[in-house]
Amino acid sequence: MYDKTVRRRRAVLGLLVACSLILLTAYFGESGSGALHSVQRGTSEVLSPVQEGASRALKPVRDLFGWFGDTIAAKGQVEELRRERDRLRTEVAQSEARNADYDRLSKLFQLNGALGLDKLGPKTGRVIFQSPTVWYATIRVDKGSDDGVKVGHPVINEEALVGRVTEVFGGSAQVTLITDASTKVPARAGRRQEFGIVEPASAGNPTDLVMNFTQPNARIRVGDRVVTRGTEPEDHAASRYPVGLPIGEVTRIVHEGTDTQEIHLRPYADVRSLDFVQILTRPRGPDS
Amino acid sequence: MIALTPQLLLRLAALGMLGVVVQTAAVSQLPIAGANADLSPLLVMAVGLLCGSLAGGVFGFGVGLFADVVALQTLGVSSLVLLAVGYGAGRLREARDPEGTLVPLAVGAAATLAFGAGFALLQFLLGVDAPVSWALIRQLLATLVVNTLLALPLYALVRRWLQPAMPDDRRRRRRRAYTTGGLSPLSRGPEVRR
Repeated sequence: MYDKTVRRRRAVLGLLVACSLILLTAYFGESGSGALHSVQRGTSEVLSPVQEGASRALKPVRDLFGWFGDTIAAKGQVEELRRERDRLRTEVAQSEARNADYDRLSKLFQLNGALGLDKLGPKTGRVIFQSPTVWYATIRVDKGSDDGVKVGHPVINEEALVGRVTEVFGGSAQVTLITDASTKVPARAGRRQEFGIVEPASAGNPTDLVMNFTQPNARIRVGDRVVTRGTEPEDHAASRYPVGLPIGEVTRIVHEGTDTQEIHLRPYADVRSLDFVQILTRPRGPDS
Repeated sequence: MIALTPQLLLRLAALGMLGVVVQTAAVSQLPIAGANADLSPLLVMAVGLLCGSLAGGVFGFGVGLFADVVALQTLGVSSLVLLAVGYGAGRLREARDPEGTLVPLAVGAAATLAFGAGFALLQFLLGVDAPVSWALIRQLLATLVVNTLLALPLYALVRRWLQPAMPDDRRRRRRRAYTTGGLSPLSRGPEVRR
């Protein structure tokens, strides 16, 4: 008797599972005008007056629940408004950040106009990574070989020279900043355009560069502007940095008038807060 | 296992149809704490617990099919999942015969969870292109909480509706025998002393 009951139960279960699976497969496989869809639509059409009637009959119940819900919602509205206020505050902060970005980009383009950099193929990129260690002053920019960027291209921001490209990937490029220990930039300063090599004064100090190898009798004063020279000191070949890019301003001169004089300068570019930079993809002009 | 008499089948059919209609016409339009209660798994669970696995399975299949037809969903999805829910609840009754007052509450929660998870799984298997988001999981959890709160009163209502068509079960018979005094040792005490 027990076995019979169990067998019957299992048979019914198996039959129902099979029915479900057949229904599912047939329904899923047939088109919208298939038999099962038609049956479903027909049944639903027949039942719709019932549903409509039930919906009307149950409206008072819905209204009652709705009244409770509205009361609770009204109380919760204060909280909702507070959340909205917080959201708007966030939006204002984001908008301010966008405005700041706009200002920087605007300055960047102004610099392009002033220095005539448009013909040097500037590609504007956003800084997507900055090295966390002071020993490697590098950033990553979201422009790479796909945009025509190559190793050695100079990089500027809205204020001055920032560094040079040292690694290129498809969609990004690694830029070594002028504050990195490996950087050496041929530069000139003062009214007589005295030559020298700009390099970091010390590792991890982004506000102090030093101009070495200047002539002892060079007429350079505190406050003079330092810009890129455009040629290499050894062979006067064209440098990777185009001529006239601003670097910084002379702040002090150590051992003045000697062979070992050091001209310290504060870079114009604040490399600690770079958002947008431009990579000059034709540093030697449009014909390069 | 309880025998499926015509009267019981009739009541089950009415319960199923009424349940689905009420669900679609009213309950689905009443958001509670950001979610809607889903009466189908609770009804199927209650029938499974009261009538056993066969009745639970058949009722689950029927309610699921009816819900799929009414809601113009893919036929067979709800019926397959609710069939498993009803059968499982029925087997629990047959194998363990749980007597605790809060059993419907726990089984209701489990049934809701199983229905939600099973339905979602089948939808994904059928290729519904919806990402599993936190919103979806939150919705499932909110429905679970609301259904858990509704499980006990709904179970009581289903039991009240089905009781006239159900044969006396042993537990109820035992309790009635005690309360009427026939078999209670306390009531028989004076006779024993005499």
